[in-house]
Amino acid sequence: MASRAAAGARPGAKFAQFKLVLLEFAGVEICQGGKQSSEEEVTDQLDQDQFDDYRESTIGAAFLTQTISLDESTTVKFEIWDTAGQERYKSLAPMYYRNANCAVVVYDITQASSLDKAKSWVKELQRQANENIVIALAGNKLDLVTESPDKRAIQTADAEAYAREAGLLFFETSAKSATNVRELFTAIAKKLPLDQAGPRNLRTAPRPGVDLRPEAPGTQGAGVCNC
Amino acid sequence: MIQCPAPSDRVQKRTPIAGMTTLLPDPQSDEPLDENLTPWSASSPPHGESRDRSPSPEGPRPPLPPRPNTLSLLNDETASRTANLQCEATTAVSRGEIGTQSPEAAGSVYSTLAVRGLSRGLKARASLSHLASPRGSEAGDSASIRSSIQNSDPGDVEALFKDFVATAPVDQPGTASLLHFPEFPADDVDDDEFMGEFEPVGELDEDAGNEELLLQRWKSRQKHYMILSAAGKPIWTRHGDGGLISTYVGVVQTIISFYEDSNDHLRSFTAGDTKFVIMTRGPLHLVAISRMMESDDQLRLQLEAFYMQILSTLTLPSLAHLFSVRPSTDLKRPLQGSETLLSSLADSFTRGSPSTLLSALECLKLRKVHRQSINNALLKSKASSLLYGLVVAGGRLVSVVRPKKHSLHPGDLQLLFNMVFEADGVKAGGGESWIPVCLPGFNSSGYLYMYVSFLDLRGDIDENEDISKDESVAIVLISPDKESFFEMQGMRHSFVEQMEKNGSLKVIASAIDQGRPATTDIVPGTVLHHFLYKSRPNVQFTMSSYSPEFTSISRRRRLMSVYNNIHSSVHAKNTHVKVHHCVSRSASSFAWVTPVFELYCVAEPNANRNALVQSASKVAQWVQQEEERLFIIGGAVRII
Repeated sequence: MASRAAAGARPGAKFAQFKLVLLEFAGVEICQGGKQSSEEEVTDQLDQDQFDDYRESTIGAAFLTQTISLDESTTVKFEIWDTAGQERYKSLAPMYYRNANCAVVVYDITQASSLDKAKSWVKELQRQANENIVIALAGNKLDLVTESPDKRAIQTADAEAYAREAGLLFFETSAKSATNVRELFTAIAKKLPLDQAGPRNLRTAPRPGVDLRPEAPGTQGAGVCNC
Repeated sequence: MIQCPAPSDRVQKRTPIAGMTTLLPDPQSDEPLDENLTPWSASSPPHGESRDRSPSPEGPRPPLPPRPNTLSLLNDETASRTANLQCEATTAVSRGEIGTQSPEAAGSVYSTLAVRGLSRGLKARASLSHLASPRGSEAGDSASIRSSIQNSDPGDVEALFKDFVATAPVDQPGTASLLHFPEFPADDVDDDEFMGEFEPVGELDEDAGNEELLLQRWKSRQKHYMILSAAGKPIWTRHGDGGLISTYVGVVQTIISFYEDSNDHLRSFTAGDTKFVIMTRGPLHLVAISRMMESDDQLRLQLEAFYMQILSTLTLPSLAHLFSVRPSTDLKRPLQGSETLLSSLADSFTRGSPSTLLSALECLKLRKVHRQSINNALLKSKASSLLYGLVVAGGRLVSVVRPKKHSLHPGDLQLLFNMVFEADGVKAGGGESWIPVCLPGFNSSGYLYMYVSFLDLRGDIDENEDISKDESVAIVLISPDKESFFEMQGMRHSFVEQMEKNGSLKVIASAIDQGRPATTDIVPGTVLHHFLYKSRPNVQFTMSSYSPEFTSISRRRRLMSVYNNIHSSVHAKNTHVKVHHCVSRSASSFAWVTPVFELYCVAEPNANRNALVQSASKVAQWVQQEEERLFIIGGAVRII
C-alpha cells in the first residue's frame, strides 16, 4: 500500500495518500478539469458547472491530486491517473495501474458496448495490477437517463450483479450533476487500509535529488483535480 | 477587390530564371518542409556571409531518423506530367464553371484558370505577375536590386529602394485597365458573422426535419475540410456530421476516384469562387474547400498539417498496417479523441495563422541574458531521458533544449502547440498531462511521450478567471521513455524552482505583458499597420501587435488574407520576385524577399509608396538590431 503519512499533519489527524487510476470508456468523463481549485471535496468541485457534453475525452492521461475528508480527523489524498483508455494507448495502461491502490472503471450507461469494455479493464486490473486493489465500477451519465429513461442501454441490476460477482464497488454516477461522485470516492476511501499509513513510496522511477511534494511552489495552484 | 496596376505599371521586379540560381537561392524552395529541416539553432550567419541555408555549426548533421517520403510536400514531377490530362478530363466532367488547375505545369497557380476564366467573364483570380511577360527594363531593374541585396546593410537598402522607386513609374491604380483581385470581404463582415464559421452546424432531429436548415448552414461555411479513406469512408469533417453530409462526401469521393481510375491525380479545381484542393497521402484523401482566397499551395500546407496530425496520433506504421489488413478500415475509431485536435487546427487555419503561412515559429521576445538564464535552468535540471524540453508562452517559444543530433521540425511544433494551447483536451484536463505523441517530422514510426504542465505566473488565480491562451505558459518535456513521467515531473519541479530563484518567471510574465510592439513603436509615425518578418535561416518569424487595427477577428482574418495574397504572389512557381507592392481597396501591401528574410507589410490603401518602402526598410533594420532578442539563434540553445 502506498499510503504514507504526510508531513505537517495535525497531531491526531490521520492523513493517507493513495494512488488511484481512473479508466474511462473513451468519451466518458467523470473527472472534470478546466479550472484551478483548492483542496475541496469532490462534490464541491463537481458542482461547478463545468461539464460539457461535447467535451472530448482526455488526450493521453492526466495526473491529478484530490483530497477528501472522510471525517474530521481523517483526510485522504488521491493521486489520480485519469486516462481515457483509448485502445491505441493500451500499452501505456500498465504504467497507470501499476502500484495503484484503487481503480475506478467507468462505463456509459447509455452505451451498451461500454460495459463490455469496462469488464475487460476489470479483468486486466484483477490479473495484472496490485492484488489488493480496490476496484469500483461506475456507470456514468445518470443525468441523461434521469431526463429521458429510454436512453438507458444498461440496466442497473445487470451491472450491479456483475459488480457483486466480480467483487467491485458499484455506483451509477453523473459527472454532470455530481450525483454519487462523492459517495463513490468516499466508499473507496473507506475500503482502503487507512491504518497502514506509513512513509512508504512505491514509485518505481528513481527521483534523484528532486523534491516531489505535490504542492511544491510554482505548481498550479494548490490542488489540481476538479473531481 | 484588389486593384493592381496594369502589367506595364507593375511595381514588381521579375528576374529571368536563368542566372538567378547562381546568385541567390530560389526564394521559394520547392520543398518548403525541407527548408524547415534546417535546425533553427543553426547559426545565423551575419548578413553578407553565407546566404544559403546554413548547415549546422557542428558540421554535417547526422542523419535524422527515417522520414516518410510522403512528407515531401509537393510531388511536382508527377503532377506536371499528368497536368494536361487533368485539364481535359475536367472539361469532360463538367460543363459548368470548373477550371482545373495544374499549377506546377503551367508555372503559375492561376494561369490555367485565368485564361479560361477571363474569356468566360469569371472573376479573374489572376495575379498579373503571371500574365505579364517580363520586360527588358524590368530585368535590368531586378539586376540592380539583386546586387544591392548582396549587402543588406542599411545604406544599401536605401539605395535599393531609391533605385526601385525611381525606375518604377508611379501610376495611380484606376488609370490603367485593371484586373480585379479577390479580397476577403471583411469590410462588411462583422465578428459575429465570422464567428459563426466556428459554430457547430447542429445535429439532425430524429425525423430529419431540420435537414434543409442544417445543410443550408453547412453550405454557408466559408471553409471545409474533409478527410476520407481511399475506400471512400469519411474519417473526419470539420463541419457537419457524417449522416448529414454523406452525399457530399460521396460526390467528393466520386470525383477523386474518377481521376484515379485513369491513373491520374486530381490536385485542385475551382468552381465559382470556391477552391477545392485534394491531397492524397497513402490511404487517405484530404480535401480542403475554401472561399477564403487562399492559394493551392497554402491550402496544401494546411492539408499536410492534418495528415501530420493523423500520423501524430497513430504513427505511420500503424496507419499503414490498419489499411493493409483491411482497406475498408473505419479510421474514426482509432482516431477517437483526436478529433478535437483536427478541429482546432482547422479553426486556426480559418482564423489565419502567420505561423502556418510562413512555416515558421514565433519566439517570445526576451533579452539575451534572460533567455540564457532560462536555458541554463533548463539544462541544469535536465533529466537523463529528456529528448526535447520546451518552454512555450501562448504559442511563442521561450526556450528549448534539444539533443545535439536533432533539430525540431516546425511542423511538429505546430502540432504540439496546437495540442497544448488550442485544443481544450490538455489544458482542461488540469494538472499534469502525459501524452503519447508521434512527431512525424522527427520520426514518424513511433511514439514519444510528452509531459505538459502549465505555469502559474500570476500567483493566485481567480478560479473563475480563464487565462487567455496568449498568457499561459507551458512546460513541455518530451522523452522517448514511456515510464519516465515521474522523472519529467521531477525535472519540471526543479526547473520551476530555479526559474523562481533567478527571477525568470517574472521576466517571462513581464515579456508576455509587454506583448508585441506596435509598428509605431518601431518606426514612429509610420504608415505601416502591421508586418510579418520571417528570418529564413532561423525558420522563425516575428510580427507587430495586432492592435489597434486588427483586434477584431474578422479584421485579423482580412489582414491574413492580404498576407496570403501577397505571399502567394511572391512565392508563385517560377517567379523570382524580390519586391512586390500591391494596392487593394482595403490595404496596400508590400513584400520584400531576400535570402535572409521575408518581410510583409500592410498599410492603408492610399499609403504613399515611398513612405511604405522606407518604413519597411526601417523595420528590417530594427529586426536585425533586435535579432538576438526576437529569435532563438544558434548558440543560444546549448546542446545536450
